[in-house]
Amino acid sequence: MNSDANPVATLFWSFALMSLFAVGGANSAIPEMHRVAVDVRHWMNERQFADIFAISQLSPGPNVLIVTLIGYHVAGIAGALAATVAMCGPTAVVAYYVSGLLARSSHARWPAIIQAALVPLSIGLMGASGLILAQTSDRSWVAALISVAAAVLAFATRLNPLWMLLAGGALGFAGLI
Amino acid sequence: MPENSTSAGAPAPDLSPFPPPTPPGLLELFVAFAKMSLAGFGGVLVWARRGIVDQHRWMTADEFNETFALCHFLPGPNIVNLSVVFGSRFRGIPGGIAAFAGLVFPPMLIAIVLAALYARYGEIDALRRILAGISCAAVGLLIAVVFKMAMPLVTRRDATGLMILIAVFFAIGVLRLPLQMVLLIAIPLSLAITVLVRRRGKA
Repeated sequence: MNSDANPVATLFWSFALMSLFAVGGANSAIPEMHRVAVDVRHWMNERQFADIFAISQLSPGPNVLIVTLIGYHVAGIAGALAATVAMCGPTAVVAYYVSGLLARSSHARWPAIIQAALVPLSIGLMGASGLILAQTSDRSWVAALISVAAAVLAFATRLNPLWMLLAGGALGFAGLI
Repeated sequence: MPENSTSAGAPAPDLSPFPPPTPPGLLELFVAFAKMSLAGFGGVLVWARRGIVDQHRWMTADEFNETFALCHFLPGPNIVNLSVVFGSRFRGIPGGIAAFAGLVFPPMLIAIVLAALYARYGEIDALRRILAGISCAAVGLLIAVVFKMAMPLVTRRDATGLMILIAVFFAIGVLRLPLQMVLLIAIPLSLAITVLVRRRGKA
């Protein structure tokens, strides 16, 4: 199924490149992860991608762990490590140097401008993540209804998101989806 | 390692404007970020703020906001950037690595265990149904975050911002264009528009 000579190296380069374009965090890069993992590399199918997203939300820790899970799926522990380090490393180096630069030139004006320009972009990217994941997860009316209910609850209340994930799991177990 | 009972134990007055000047050690950085990370279901930011600002008083609320804003406009996982910037501010590159390792590796072990279970038992029917339900809820949570983040643009009637948001959403979500291609066009465009709008606002 996988034609790569060295899947760990492919994982590494795919995610290292992606990390520099992940404007607004790991969730903004989900459409690109989906495109690479499902459409381009055929590492997994739609359903497996949706499952991996669910598992990543269920684990504690930063959202970037979805990358760890994709890496593990492709090449075990080595793949998990390679994907995670690749996704975090390049931007960590950038962050280290930029923060050093900014500390020296106090009150630079451009971070505010860049941020104002990037915020709508990153929200658009996260919206696209939502759409793509909804298309893979919500395959029935009840499923879509659960998503809508979770969205409304999370938007309107301060309920811990873990409760909504557990409720979704319970409804799924009960065979409602 | 300095004793950490001073920061965690005694209920210090909440309004003290000065965080203690004792910088955290490497192990302390690792442990603090591991705790924040393991507490953070659906995002670590809230816990990072609580740990850094409220509990340890390593930064004031304003310093934290500034640092987070910087990490938000840089590419990559924000909270990962924050850990590196924060750790290196106190202890140089080793501090950055210690904070990063604390943030990523303990939850990574948990995620790998879950992934191994999934690889082994993922086809069992009951587990399939549970996962399907969880992913429906998880999608809803993500959509809620999108709306929460978009609300300030709506209330500010930021028409250009909303147009850029919708264009990127359409290009990536509906047309499924590659991320790099879209961003190489969208970032310069959005920057140019932002600069133009700000200039006109001032004139």
